[in-house]
Amino acid sequence: MANLLEVQHVSKRFGTFTALQDVSIQVPKGSIFGLLGPNGAGKTTLIRIVNQITLPDEGSVSLDGHALQAHHIKDIGYLPEERGLYKSMKVGEQALYLAQLKGLSKKEAKERLRYWFDKFDITHWWDKKIQELSKGMAQKVQFIVTVLHRPKLLIFDEPFSGFDPINANVIKDEILQLRDEGATVIFSTHRMESVEELCDHIALINKSQKILEGKVSEIKRQYKSNTFEVGLLEANNGLLDTLKDKFQVSSADFKTIDDQLKLKITLDKEASSNDLLSYLSDKAQVLRFNEVIPSVNEIFIKTITENE
Amino acid sequence: MSNLKLIIKREFIARVRNRTFIVMTFLSPLIFVGMISLIAWLTTLNNDEVRKVAFVDETGFFASDLKDSDNTKYLDYSDLDLNDAKDSVVLKKLDGLLYIPKKESNAELASSIQFYADESPNLSIINKVEKIIADKLTNSNYKNKGLDLGMIEDAKARVNIRIENFSGEKTSKMSNYVKMAFGGAAGYFLMMFIIIYGNMVMRSVIEEKANRIIEIIISSVKPIQLMMGKILGTSLAGISQFFIWVILGGVLLTVATSFFGVEPQPVGLDQSIALQKTSQEEIQLILQDILKLPLLTLVLSFLVYFIGGYFLYSAIYAAIGAAVDSETDSQQFMLPIILPLMLGIYVGFFAVIENPHGTVSTVFSMIPLTSPIVMLMRIPFGVPWWEVAISMLLLFGSIIFIIWFAAKIYRIGILMYGKKPTYKELFKWLKY
Repeated sequence: MANLLEVQHVSKRFGTFTALQDVSIQVPKGSIFGLLGPNGAGKTTLIRIVNQITLPDEGSVSLDGHALQAHHIKDIGYLPEERGLYKSMKVGEQALYLAQLKGLSKKEAKERLRYWFDKFDITHWWDKKIQELSKGMAQKVQFIVTVLHRPKLLIFDEPFSGFDPINANVIKDEILQLRDEGATVIFSTHRMESVEELCDHIALINKSQKILEGKVSEIKRQYKSNTFEVGLLEANNGLLDTLKDKFQVSSADFKTIDDQLKLKITLDKEASSNDLLSYLSDKAQVLRFNEVIPSVNEIFIKTITENE
Repeated sequence: MSNLKLIIKREFIARVRNRTFIVMTFLSPLIFVGMISLIAWLTTLNNDEVRKVAFVDETGFFASDLKDSDNTKYLDYSDLDLNDAKDSVVLKKLDGLLYIPKKESNAELASSIQFYADESPNLSIINKVEKIIADKLTNSNYKNKGLDLGMIEDAKARVNIRIENFSGEKTSKMSNYVKMAFGGAAGYFLMMFIIIYGNMVMRSVIEEKANRIIEIIISSVKPIQLMMGKILGTSLAGISQFFIWVILGGVLLTVATSFFGVEPQPVGLDQSIALQKTSQEEIQLILQDILKLPLLTLVLSFLVYFIGGYFLYSAIYAAIGAAVDSETDSQQFMLPIILPLMLGIYVGFFAVIENPHGTVSTVFSMIPLTSPIVMLMRIPFGVPWWEVAISMLLLFGSIIFIIWFAAKIYRIGILMYGKKPTYKELFKWLKY
């Protein structure tokens, strides 16, 4: 899969403060790419560089194989974290204005806006002013404006903040649909459950440096420790001690209806799970047997603390 | 449509639709004309008051000369003695009592005339009375010395120096005032425009920051485009407002003038007399002076300096707006704007009128921040073309520099929240 966006060795300093230090990322076409990192890590600076709001001191950025140029603005849709709209302007008017700034003709913009306003069932907002709308309502308008010009690359910075769960779901579905229609999505958030749900690639930035990047599945494979969660019924009293002798065992906690022996068993790198399973099934009734896969949240915390 | 045009259009519409803007557009001329009418009306009220002055003329020599005029009435109390007259004046609440005692000689008389009044008397009455008595005494002195009044009258020379320049064109003595009025009006207008609409540019920048829409917009357009669009859009709104003010103000003033029956410009009494006295020829000369002003040059240079000055200052206003989070924070950065503007106006009104081509005037008409105002005031007096050229060159050179400088601060500032920057930090932003 080709990369839509390539950031190469980008550094950015503000006076004596280094916001980005030699950061490179590759965003594959058609992926949903999670840009993660603690507060102040440099994510927003990186996003602003991609949007040509800020210029990098060193390094280069290319979109679809071409070095970033002014006209690429039309190929990017950006929903910043600090976002708002003109308070005293009517919803329709400013949606039109922002769409035209992205290069759409007035007629085209009107047609597309009508489609989206119908889709979100907000046509009656057209002549309202933003100050009459709630925060969530305004966020919907901002989302529409971001995607209206059908950009190749969509960048969402905390897109779900301010949405109730129902509307957050609506937006999530729209993002997935846009991806299916061929858009590439960069997604910056602190909500790990949505990263887990949506992203197929991630990059982790900490203290102005990239410390992790790749396919979510590969990263997880890399971070898993050949550990299995097991639930055993009708076990002999001595079984736990025998297991402790044989394997690396720790206690596990999961919900069950029966009183089970709940364990986490870590195997050596080379050992096979089948051997463990057949060994256990001889001794007791196995009610649960599954591999422990680290969540993005765990990987995030582990990598950041290790990096400290 | 290009982005710049879109921004200009939005800014213009946003300004013009603003409720305060609409109210001010239509209310200001009303207030202005109302004030003028009120002042004019009050002046006439004051002038209508007739002052009553009693006199006791023991000589019987002046009574025939103290004639009632429009606002002074003389009452002859000569048949009363001084004390009775005083009591009577106090009782009747007259404005004063003039006492002319009988003396041996005119010289003695001249120094012993008295005026009694409760409050300090109106100076114009005293002046009038003094003149009447002095004329009478002078004539009497002439007569006593055997001089013929008719001959003296004939012998009086009337001097009215004609002023001509070396190419033989006649000008009036008022010429300098005419020139100053034109230059001063242009400079003052420019200053007001800069302050009013520069502030509007700044507020508009702050608004976008406060609304958090700024990052959405600059992901579509370059910050400098946004800044220029704001400056241009706001100035178009400003020019429209000024046109409405001029037209509406003109109409209202005409209406008010005919309604109250007062002159729109209540000039002081002495001045209007002076004007009446100046011959028809003099007025013609003033008109000629106005026509002889290099009107085309004046209009052209006004446009150039107006545009230049406005751009220079509104770019600074935009940068200040970008650097702060709220209007209250902007106060600390106002000095670099207000100071040169004030300096320009003061240099204009004090140095230029005194000596339009002196060192102070010349230097300040070259310094870019003051040149739009000072040079506009100098131009009616005739400035060599190369001085204007240098001044304009400097102005437009510094506009490019200031806009570059403002755009840098603007680009960084619009994305900075929550910090109240210092001058030192602003300087650091230039290097980002």
